[in-house]
Amino acid sequence: MSKVSATIPSTTGGRLLPTSVSQVGTITKYELLNYFRSRRFFILLAIGLIISGLLTGLVADYGVSNVAPCQPISCSSPALAFYSFWWGNSITFVIVLSGIFFGGDAISGEFQNKTGYFLVANPLRRSSIYIGKWLGALIASAIVLATYAGITVGNGLYYFGANVPYQFAESLSFSILYLIAVLGFTFFFSSLFKSSSMSILVTAILFLFAFSLIQLIVSGLVQIEPWFIITYGSGIIGNVLMDTYPTTQPIRGAGPGGRAGTTYAATIPEGIAILLVYFFATAILGLILFERKEFT
Amino acid sequence: MSGPSIEAVNLSKRYGSFLALSNLSLKIEGSKCVGFLGPNGAGKTTTLKIFTDMIRASEGKALINGIDVHLNKKKALSSVGSLIESPEIYPSLTPREALSMVSEIRGLPRAEKRKKIEEVVSEVKMEEWLDKKVGKFSKGMKQRINIAAALLSDPDVFLLDEPTTGLDPRGMAEVRDIVKSLKTRNRLIFMSSHLLNEVQDICDEVAMIDHGKLLVYDSLSNVTSRASSDGGNIVEIELLRDIDQRTVNDDIASLANVSSAEKPDPRKLRIHFLGGIQNQEKLLLDLANMKIGMISFHISASALEDTYMKLIKDTL
Repeated sequence: MSKVSATIPSTTGGRLLPTSVSQVGTITKYELLNYFRSRRFFILLAIGLIISGLLTGLVADYGVSNVAPCQPISCSSPALAFYSFWWGNSITFVIVLSGIFFGGDAISGEFQNKTGYFLVANPLRRSSIYIGKWLGALIASAIVLATYAGITVGNGLYYFGANVPYQFAESLSFSILYLIAVLGFTFFFSSLFKSSSMSILVTAILFLFAFSLIQLIVSGLVQIEPWFIITYGSGIIGNVLMDTYPTTQPIRGAGPGGRAGTTYAATIPEGIAILLVYFFATAILGLILFERKEFT
Repeated sequence: MSGPSIEAVNLSKRYGSFLALSNLSLKIEGSKCVGFLGPNGAGKTTTLKIFTDMIRASEGKALINGIDVHLNKKKALSSVGSLIESPEIYPSLTPREALSMVSEIRGLPRAEKRKKIEEVVSEVKMEEWLDKKVGKFSKGMKQRINIAAALLSDPDVFLLDEPTTGLDPRGMAEVRDIVKSLKTRNRLIFMSSHLLNEVQDICDEVAMIDHGKLLVYDSLSNVTSRASSDGGNIVEIELLRDIDQRTVNDDIASLANVSSAEKPDPRKLRIHFLGGIQNQEKLLLDLANMKIGMISFHISASALEDTYMKLIKDTL
């Protein structure tokens, strides 16, 4: 935090102001301190641990081959089936919760709780506040994600030894990308509202219900590839852990008169592109909104 | 430029069809305290928020030390300590942490930071609470920490929006003492307040605003004299010992520019004089030379109140 800008001299006592990058670091540091002191970080960590505990108990009680079966014809790796069952089924939920917990009111809270009045009147750009808070949320979420990944791998090592499939590393990378996109999106909605509860509620409804519902309607009923929905892009996290990566393909209707249709699956490049576009578009829009928003 | 300065250049602010600030032009320069007065909704906080870039002007410019706040916020606010609308501090942080954050944002050297934080916290009498979480603080305690944050980087300019709000009488007096001490350290203080006696006590000049329009900006004595029918002013004097009526009638009432003198009680004088600040200075010197035991001399609080009521009423 000690770097200073040579281009922006202060008029007070000849002191130099820190660079904007350094100020981003300061905001991130105190945002993290605020998270670690508040209950929400530990609540989310506890939720991650509870999910991990339930899965650990389930696997131990029913046996790994029963909960994550690997059929001889369709499955080449029992370890991959295990990681697909564990990580592929639950990590998007943990990421969405992280987004809601850390991003839902990150900006709106500054208006509603008037904490922004303490920060904004200082000699720093609003973008430094926005980016600093975003980085704080990302780091806090990454700690929860890392804890969850650690427990997943710990169970995998117990049942399958050091045989961690390379697809898990891919899935973990896509999970981090999804986390980045989700936080970009939640920060955008947080900038849109001045009420914390409203921004948290809207992002929770969107990620927990609306996106899945729209995806179902668009792909199942209207038969359009839902490439514009973030959760469709996040499908690559679970798909990459499948023995054979699913593809978009026509399906026949079941029974006489059953509707034929198409099942859609984003390819890896498509999924990455959707998540990146979501991140950049919402991050830029959120930043513009925050820059323009007034502390009235 | 002679010292710190703030300047509003044709500043306007609209909220839809409501004009909160209308073409405000005001230049304040040098080491002084300027009270910013006006009724609720007059545009005081709006002006201060524009000066701290919390809101944007619809038209016009806000300059601090000649730098446009909106175009170069970082540089303009580097020399400003502000307190706008009683900000909240993250409840899970302690004052030490919250002030560390501000000092890092403002680039205080690491070696200086700890000492400076303890210094400003001591100035607002919150030493015992330095390492307790802010979430448990009362409104007045938070306000003290906000004042400490404004003092932290020793800025040239202070923009204070009703700084004594939420404080108990002792806290209010302490804040007034802090503001008075800032004046002696070559600082410019622009302070909004509803408390006329507070402004009277600590400010050298007054700016009055109503319906978003500046009504007057001048020295305290000129403002109060402007509103009186004969352009005069009233000073109130406290005395160490009793004064006899003959001295009041013959000696004091006949001093230059004095139009009347009365003795509301044996140790108090109320003198009505004509003219502005130069005549006020002359009167003070004359009274001091008379050695009547004068222990205080100040413009009557009711004079400012009368002026305020008259000017605000005029705009209704």
